[in-house]
Amino acid sequence: MKKFLPLIIFAILLIVPLMGLSTYVMHILILVLMWSVIGMAWNLLGGYTGQVSFGHAAFFGVGAYTAGLLYQHLGISAWWGLPVCIVVLTVLSLIIGFICLRLRGAYFALATLALGEICRVTTENLVDFTRGNLGILIKDRSWVEKTWFFYIILLIAAGTYIIIKKVIESKLGYYFVAIREDQDAAESLGIDTTFYKTISLCLRGVLTGIAGVFYMNYMGYIDPSIVFPLYDLSIVTVMVVMVGGTATYWGPIIGAIIMVFLAEVIRSLPQIGAAHQTIFGIILICIIIFLPNGIAGDYLKLWEPIKNRWRKKGTSL
Amino acid sequence: MAEKGDFTMSIIEVKNISKLFGGLAALTDVSFELKKGEILGLIGPNGAGKTTMFNVINGFYSPTQGDVFLKEREISNLKPHAICKLGIARTFQVVRPLQRMSVLDNVIASAFVRSKNKAQAEVVSFEVLKFTGLYDDRNIISKGLPLGKRKRLEIARALATGPEIILLDESFAGLNPTEINEQIEVVKKIRTEKRITILIIEHHMKVIMSISDRIVVLNYGEKIAEGTPSEIGRNPSVIEAYLGEEHRA
Repeated sequence: MKKFLPLIIFAILLIVPLMGLSTYVMHILILVLMWSVIGMAWNLLGGYTGQVSFGHAAFFGVGAYTAGLLYQHLGISAWWGLPVCIVVLTVLSLIIGFICLRLRGAYFALATLALGEICRVTTENLVDFTRGNLGILIKDRSWVEKTWFFYIILLIAAGTYIIIKKVIESKLGYYFVAIREDQDAAESLGIDTTFYKTISLCLRGVLTGIAGVFYMNYMGYIDPSIVFPLYDLSIVTVMVVMVGGTATYWGPIIGAIIMVFLAEVIRSLPQIGAAHQTIFGIILICIIIFLPNGIAGDYLKLWEPIKNRWRKKGTSL
Repeated sequence: MAEKGDFTMSIIEVKNISKLFGGLAALTDVSFELKKGEILGLIGPNGAGKTTMFNVINGFYSPTQGDVFLKEREISNLKPHAICKLGIARTFQVVRPLQRMSVLDNVIASAFVRSKNKAQAEVVSFEVLKFTGLYDDRNIISKGLPLGKRKRLEIARALATGPEIILLDESFAGLNPTEINEQIEVVKKIRTEKRITILIIEHHMKVIMSISDRIVVLNYGEKIAEGTPSEIGRNPSVIEAYLGEEHRA
């Protein structure tokens, strides 16, 4: 049963667009899937390899801009960003890795935070190349119906899930976790920590970039503050994964569902609409205190009391 | 003792090693040889530079002066992972298991160094776990192991990398008498069954005197003596610096 769960969920999601849901609901589902990809990618380096980064927006934004600039300068479809971003983001990841991966812990986190900001400021100021704060608008979009976007992001999400699962169950996965648990011990056990951290970073960069390319195509408009935001992307990603559960397959997905739905629900309440980030922050603090491994990591802690109460009721009746 | 034959072939040669941390000399001009097949004890008071010596051999530190040779190849400036691949494994004085991994996963992660795939790594790991007597504990998360077994896990992990030489840093410290006896058996078996050369740091005098073929004594970063356990036990400067009166043979 557990083995087939991903397949069952995938099958259900395949028929979702056929149910005639409103475009708003489809939009929410697309966002959930996109955030799952972003979260799963972060989880690879931040969760499994233990290198917590606050520069996730750099990869997302560069992916989005790769697609946008291909359209802007070469006049080709922004979907060409998908293959092109693999090359661009591998190169970017190697550069960032070379600079940042020699640092550890908080220093690494701060360096990545700075790099994310550097990417944003650079994009804002290279006006001739990126149109700066004017952003990039795709004027002649191939289609706007949600159905195909949904299928595309579903395939990207499923692909990301499979890639990460394969990687984590292989030698790479053991090495990533070994590096997270104790870098010096890992090094003395024959693990070239710099090399494997770089691999983890590249994979994470490319997967995030693909989400960025999708975003460009889906929204049709980007500017530096949308795709390189420190809070709305880099920090929210960390929260999504921590709420869902770091270093778990389902954590980022659960986190994405909660984050997207919560944002939408709270935004629709007139009194506290602006406070959705505050509320998400409070939830995060509670989760860190009571479920340090996130919902996917500690779901038994949530499930046991419910089950016990249910059982008690059953016997008293 | 029958198992202590003549050890003539040098496998690690430490030549005139000095290591400075700022102005502090942790090691000053230390030289010794580790011969293939022997158990060499490294002893000395706290702060004598024993663990620093391990870190130099293992590649965590590069020496300020001098060189380390592995089978006549200079390894002084290689990184730890490269040195591990050449066949030198180590354990840590403060145990450093990969805490949130199971015992088995800890060992598998090390076994990948010389295994092509997971199946092969698992075969190596099961063998090592049986060898070190941790097989029944293989599914425990290593954070939950008692100290004695964590020390054993350190050894198991080092063995899983398929080394020719193993550096044991205080593998007996903090163990109770039963655990010490079990650990002695494991260390002896590493030499007799696996034919691995051992360099061991230990404060436990009974242990070091009974399992070592030769002993090197460090004090304030300098080598003050080298010889068989009985020679070391009679050496006046060793007695003064470290052993005290009771070990005078």
